[in-house]
Amino acid sequence: MADPEIKSYEPHHESRSAAVTESRPVRVTLTTVTLVFLGIFLLLPLIIVFKEAFAKGVGAYFQSLGDADTRSAIRLTLLVAAISVPLNLVFGLSAAWAIAKFEFKGKAFLTTLIDLPFSVSPVISGLVYVLLFGAQGLLGEWLKAHGIQILFAVPGIVLATVFVTFPFVARELIPLMQEQGNGDEEAALSLGASGWQAFWHVTLPNVKWGLLYGVLLCNARAMGEFGAVSVVSGHIRGLTNTMPLHVEILYNEYNAVGAFAVASLLAGLALVTLVLKTLLEMRYGAEIAATRGH
Amino acid sequence: MTLAPAHAGWRFRQPSVIPGFGLTLGFSLAYLTLIILIPLSGLIWRSAALGWTDFWALATDRRTLKALEISFGTAFIAAAVNVVFGTLVAWVLVRYRFPGRRVVDAMVDLPFALPTAVAGIALTTLYAPTGWLGKLLMPLGLKVAYTPLGIVVALVFIGLPFVVRTVQPIMEELDKEVEEAAATLGASRFQIITRVLLPSLAPAIITGFSLAFARGVGEYGSVIFIAGNLPYKSEIAPLLIVIRLEEYNYPAATAIAAIMLALSFAMLLVINLVQTWSRKRYG
Repeated sequence: MADPEIKSYEPHHESRSAAVTESRPVRVTLTTVTLVFLGIFLLLPLIIVFKEAFAKGVGAYFQSLGDADTRSAIRLTLLVAAISVPLNLVFGLSAAWAIAKFEFKGKAFLTTLIDLPFSVSPVISGLVYVLLFGAQGLLGEWLKAHGIQILFAVPGIVLATVFVTFPFVARELIPLMQEQGNGDEEAALSLGASGWQAFWHVTLPNVKWGLLYGVLLCNARAMGEFGAVSVVSGHIRGLTNTMPLHVEILYNEYNAVGAFAVASLLAGLALVTLVLKTLLEMRYGAEIAATRGH
Repeated sequence: MTLAPAHAGWRFRQPSVIPGFGLTLGFSLAYLTLIILIPLSGLIWRSAALGWTDFWALATDRRTLKALEISFGTAFIAAAVNVVFGTLVAWVLVRYRFPGRRVVDAMVDLPFALPTAVAGIALTTLYAPTGWLGKLLMPLGLKVAYTPLGIVVALVFIGLPFVVRTVQPIMEELDKEVEEAAATLGASRFQIITRVLLPSLAPAIITGFSLAFARGVGEYGSVIFIAGNLPYKSEIAPLLIVIRLEEYNYPAATAIAAIMLALSFAMLLVINLVQTWSRKRYG
């Protein structure tokens, strides 16, 4: 995997930079070790997903995707993402407006709170809703008396997904809008724009790529979330089974082709996300700001 | 926002011509409270309602302690592995030029984008005794799938981008002139790396470690397939929470969750302190 064409960091100053780079054999070795490590830990898992999915041929692959339970899992996953991503999008815009455009007491604390879901185990993210809405939960009796089903139903799955994907849009937008400052909006306001017009015609176009970036990551996580959703869903086939949960059920039934076929769709989603993310970073890097990660 | 000033000159917010502060802050706070704060404080309230004796009995249950030990232990080892390889990956990506570098760079984010359940079944298939890698490791006497080692492998996968993406931007900003200065003063390349480069990267490496560690402790989806889930051997704390919930043993589930949260926050606090210290020392 090591390519012989490994060049030094600054090819034009080979002699000058010799003292501040490693010798060629060291560079080749380090690059090889890195590529082998990434090949084993990242590339092989990705390859095996598609290899196992097509292990019994293309026919078996599409047959398992055509299964009624699989199709309902796909529909549910799309539905959950279609509800939770816009919710967190609106929150992200609103929180970024409040935090980036204004100076107020407790701002740093609020920003920390927004990141909170990242440091909570997905299982705990699901558990908190079970404690709240479950039969023994704080609101369990009341919900039962009023015939409202949250747990083991779509609302619970949406809530758990909203919890784990909560920070994604906000954490992309806040640093970006802070960097851009208030100048553009102040100019628009002084020219007679209403606050809403300033937001719609000035702020939104300014942050659109960063916003798309955040939505992309939010969506990938929303469609792929497993732990939190697993706790609140109840795993009812055809009803409360999302795609990742369906992967687990099929896998535990030793239906490898079925499990990996559904997994290949999710892996495809991950690849599309990565490609779009990379394109956004390449073309609009400056407009997305240097806040990578997660 | 009409908060009465506590004393003269105290302002809740600086004046601004931009409208919408009340609306956006109000909505954000309401949403944050409903989705995050109320559910989380429900957990704290429920564990407090257990009473100290009950809580202590649940917390010191042997199976619980073992599961916590496995979760924190494997997460620690995996984060340490990721510090070494993550820093190496970042170094190669930042300093060396080779064909396909952009693709490799993009690939590093795969664990962020790939759903954990997919990663779980893929890794299990690879490392199972009949799998591509399991077959190679078997003759060496290394059993990965269905052992604690499998947990470490899954957590290395999950945690890698946290270290790379924290260290990489700092590495890109490293000033080459400092290295050149060290070189002209007669430092060897090894000395430059250990005495000049690593200290300035230390805060980023510590942050990367803590992010990978925190993620690893709570990780569930990718681990449960490969772990084998034997109580006292390869059963992680998040799985034990799920098991207790399925037994309708809410107090036990709550207690384990509360301990995990407390330990994670304590750890984040310690790491923050270490970071502040290392920034002062090396920054």
